Amino acid sequence: MDRGYMVRGVTRSSFSKFLMWILPWTALLALGLYAAWLCFSRGLNQTHMDNRFAFGLWIFLDLTVIALGAGAFFTGFLVYILKKEELKAVINSAVVLGFVCYSGAVAVLMVDVGQPLRAWFTFWHPNVHSMLTEVTFCISCYLAVLFIEYLPIILKNRKLRQVPSFLVFEFELHKLMVVLAGVGTILSFFHQGSLGGLYGVLRGRPFAFREGLAIWPSTFFLFILSALAAGPCFILLTTWLVSKISRKRLVRPEVFSELGQISGILLIVYTLLKTVDTLVWINGTSPARGFPAYQYYQWKPFGTWILFAEIVLFGLLPAVILLSRRLRAHRGWLLTAAVLVCGGVALNRFVLTIQTLALPTLPFDRFLSYLPSWQETAAFLAIVAYGVLVYSFSFRYLNLFPQERELARP
Amino acid sequence: MTTPTQKKSRYGMVIDLDRCNGCGACMMACAVENNVPPAHREATDRTGITWLRVYRFNNGLKFPNNRSVFVPVPCQQCGRETPCVSVCPQQAVDVDPATGVVGQMPERCLGCRYCMAACPYHARYFNWWDAVWPPGMEKTLNPDVSTRMRGVVEKCNFCHGRLHAARERAAAAGRDTLQPGEYVPACVEACPARAIVFGDLNDETSEVARLARRPEAFRMLEQLGTEPKIYYLTRQSWVRKVSEDEVQMARKDQTHG
Repeated sequence: MDRGYMVRGVTRSSFSKFLMWILPWTALLALGLYAAWLCFSRGLNQTHMDNRFAFGLWIFLDLTVIALGAGAFFTGFLVYILKKEELKAVINSAVVLGFVCYSGAVAVLMVDVGQPLRAWFTFWHPNVHSMLTEVTFCISCYLAVLFIEYLPIILKNRKLRQVPSFLVFEFELHKLMVVLAGVGTILSFFHQGSLGGLYGVLRGRPFAFREGLAIWPSTFFLFILSALAAGPCFILLTTWLVSKISRKRLVRPEVFSELGQISGILLIVYTLLKTVDTLVWINGTSPARGFPAYQYYQWKPFGTWILFAEIVLFGLLPAVILLSRRLRAHRGWLLTAAVLVCGGVALNRFVLTIQTLALPTLPFDRFLSYLPSWQETAAFLAIVAYGVLVYSFSFRYLNLFPQERELARP
Repeated sequence: MTTPTQKKSRYGMVIDLDRCNGCGACMMACAVENNVPPAHREATDRTGITWLRVYRFNNGLKFPNNRSVFVPVPCQQCGRETPCVSVCPQQAVDVDPATGVVGQMPERCLGCRYCMAACPYHARYFNWWDAVWPPGMEKTLNPDVSTRMRGVVEKCNFCHGRLHAARERAAAAGRDTLQPGEYVPACVEACPARAIVFGDLNDETSEVARLARRPEAFRMLEQLGTEPKIYYLTRQSWVRKVSEDEVQMARKDQTHG
């Protein structure tokens, strides 16, 4: 019944099958919206956060999805600035993923703050010394950029194209893509970095505090690098997943390999710098502030295994796989490495957001634990459901993978 | 015409831990003075609001060598690179250059709680619930201090309302400076053991400055370099060593907030 709205030359599942697919995600989204409404109407007492665990699941989610969403700006940079034409095969999908990740993060942030109606205060009374101010400005601007980048993809829809003014508008927007890719890259560099800076500047939390360059702590640069490495892997994984679920060939195998190689190069640089940073922190930064680093790892379950996992299991290992042409050519190894990279970035964000707050700072203080409430979990899952829904509709009605039509030909 | 420059003060406290018996009068006086609402029935020690919290911890030894100490912890009024000030995205936290007091503007607070994550002393509190006073109890509200709404952060400000009142009295008397003892926070006044001494640390002749210079005086987490203006005093060496490694290792399950 919706055949006329789909991209010419490609096939999609029947409408009833599509309905069955989106129904559970819609239910999950509805549950999350109800949880968010509870938080708005009754307050953040609906969560299990407290005065000590001031940040919880939602901030972890924000930092992780924004890192995974970095594939949008980075692919845009590679395609439009560095002219890597072969990645045009995934650029539309990357834009949708970026839009989903960023809009989802902003939505959950609005629930996370105690006074969402005061969000504009940050623009009106900005504290230029705060990393959060920088994050707020950059994410807002970049979300607008992503929306403008998403718009031509929507306007290219088979039905919308029939409106001549839409076609002209889409054509004009397309001419702006190089500029938008450049602006997006600058904005993304800054907010990805500032998200790392959020914790790196916490001089009162020696577990997170890092020295750095000028006003930027080392986490600023490490967050940029880790997001750059995770972004292509997330695109790789989602493309593979969509290909499996839809049972369609969406891109040529070289595209997967290209994404993996780019990620591998960045990941090895990141792992190297992360190792240096960790050594400087263990031997200098932390003990100088009265906190020998070994203390942090005596509070179970956060033992030294977490450091090993971050640097070796989720850093060095996938980097080696992705840099080896032979291993990269093997789909199983490539996907394993991509999962490890995305898992690694999530673990890194978890360590900074959750472990930092769990560790005591006062000499007579306790180690704290925190388990999210159902409202927090439901809101978290609603963002996942929102992402799946936006992507599903985009995949069904928009041209996310330009190579698909060609690959579908017998 | 020249404007007379007021001498800058640096208000601080010295808390004598050997005198504190953990009675909690300071916490109660603080809550009443600053219109801290009664705790919600679901509030816990981690979601309740106590601008000043008395912690108890012990040396981990068995009777008869067991020793306990009570540590009142208000906002430590950090004087250098104040962790909560630089992080606030909308300048809802500031340090008054005339007094050194770290102020919080709940009217401007977004409730992002970044300042709470930044504070190493856990001296900042979030309003998880609406502030509700039982019928009749609203008559006890202090008219000099505004109440706070749900979703914003608050903390000790050395009883800002009292500072304003003292300044008004001084101005009425034709003075532009406060005399020692003219302005004291509620907790200082309420302590039956006189364990808390308050005053201007810049005034070298003041009792607070004299006590802060004593060899038994120390500040919490001094190595962080935030120059807190709350000093603690004790003649018990094990208490002063609390920040050292061996005590940290033995501290599990020995503390009560």
